[in-house]
Amino acid sequence: MSKLAMDVPAKGGFSFDLCKRNAMLAKDGVQLPPFRKTGTTIVGLIYQDGVVLGADTRATEGPIVADKNCEKIHYLAPNIYCCGAGTAADTEAVTDMVSAQLQLHRYHTGRESRVVTALTYLKRHLFSYQGHVSAALVLGGVDFTGPHLHTIYPHGSTDTLPYATMGSGSLAAMAIFESKYKEGLTRDEGVQLVTEAICAGIFNDLGSGSNVDICVITKGSKEYLRNHLQPNPRTYVTPKEYTFSKKTEVLSTLVTTLKERVEVVEAGDKMEE
Amino acid sequence: MESNQANPSILCSPEGSQRTLYPYVTGTSVVALKYKDGILMAADMGGSYGSTLRYKSVERMKPIGKHSLLGASGEISDFQELLKYLDELVLYDNMWDDGNSLGPKEIHNYLTRVMYNRRNKFNPLWNSLVLGGVKNGEKYLGMVSMIGVNFEDNHVATGFGNHLARPILRDEWREDLSFEEGVKLLEKCMRVLLYRDRSAVNKLQIAKITGEGITISQPYSLKTFWGFSAFQNPTAGAEGSW
Repeated sequence: MSKLAMDVPAKGGFSFDLCKRNAMLAKDGVQLPPFRKTGTTIVGLIYQDGVVLGADTRATEGPIVADKNCEKIHYLAPNIYCCGAGTAADTEAVTDMVSAQLQLHRYHTGRESRVVTALTYLKRHLFSYQGHVSAALVLGGVDFTGPHLHTIYPHGSTDTLPYATMGSGSLAAMAIFESKYKEGLTRDEGVQLVTEAICAGIFNDLGSGSNVDICVITKGSKEYLRNHLQPNPRTYVTPKEYTFSKKTEVLSTLVTTLKERVEVVEAGDKMEE
Repeated sequence: MESNQANPSILCSPEGSQRTLYPYVTGTSVVALKYKDGILMAADMGGSYGSTLRYKSVERMKPIGKHSLLGASGEISDFQELLKYLDELVLYDNMWDDGNSLGPKEIHNYLTRVMYNRRNKFNPLWNSLVLGGVKNGEKYLGMVSMIGVNFEDNHVATGFGNHLARPILRDEWREDLSFEEGVKLLEKCMRVLLYRDRSAVNKLQIAKITGEGITISQPYSLKTFWGFSAFQNPTAGAEGSW
């Protein structure tokens, strides 16, 4: 009787099987392809009624802007949103996955999702991949315990903070937060501060640019302000359209009808078996 | 770590002298801006030896001649070497005794040449320099990096200051800042650096140059705020997360 080696379903997590082979290849001079950082400024802050999340909208592939108006604020649950920095595919896939898990969990428990649940799902997944899933996230939401804001690093560590920034523009944005944040901000002050922080990232960091997206989450409601601010409009647009003054003249017209070359067979027996 | 003692065999061999490969005792950022009457420059007084904050009374800003102020970040010993060169330069200038004196533009140019030359010999002076001054009513503020990149601007910062202080300065700097406003703006930048730069110390000096002369303040520290209610119990409501 042959023993099936695959009786137990394969467990998740990082499989270290290829590490020895990679080390051997590296010794022979084969270089690993470099990871592409997409360059981003993402921020979040807690104000008196909830959470404001903000992100820029530039996705880069090395020195080229791949998408000048992408969406970096991902939906996780009706009351939880997540901004993602790092490899775009990783942030997209991991937030999609956790969003689905949260939905199933909601059906299972019959309750609104909690932010710590999303946090734990994300952190467990990222840790098990030992940092190879290059997703740095700012997770924010409001559940019945109150507003929460967390940062999640690619290796799986998390921080719980009143204001947070991630991405290549995080230092510029953090400079704004550290000098202007105070507790008990109103909604408009919060949105204003987040916009200023993202603009600092857009104008001072090369990896961030284009527009500002905002998401305001309070108890029982959320507002997704896509392209809340567009500080980089196209400045030089030709006012008149292209005109083609010289049209080609029609000298003569000759129409040739198509000839039928297929014979129609009656009582189509061929199609039936 | 290489030994810095003069080793005759090394000096005579073709790989002659040793070159600067990494800095040892470093100073962190310097931030400076032009204001109504002149230039304001701020630097903290820390000298880090790798990851230890070893020296806490290092003066990283020095007056040069009558009209300029030099602030440096990076290797402290290279800064001291530069001060020696500048001393000699100012001495020769004084010996002319012709009523003219080296202004900030001239000293900036001299520093650029020195830094670029050393970089070309693969033996750089491991500093980012900020040179500010006022001569004949004209304000001047410039920067030279360790590879010889130099430029002039209304506000400059070195090291971490580039990432943390410049966004604030780009937003809030104006042409006609008064002295108090300028100091407040500089302190805002230094406070953010204190929060977010690991090699910053809470002991800084602010220097002012105007047409009347140069003053460097006594060292003092900034007030920091740690009293956010979210810091008291960070994981309230998120039990189990860190």
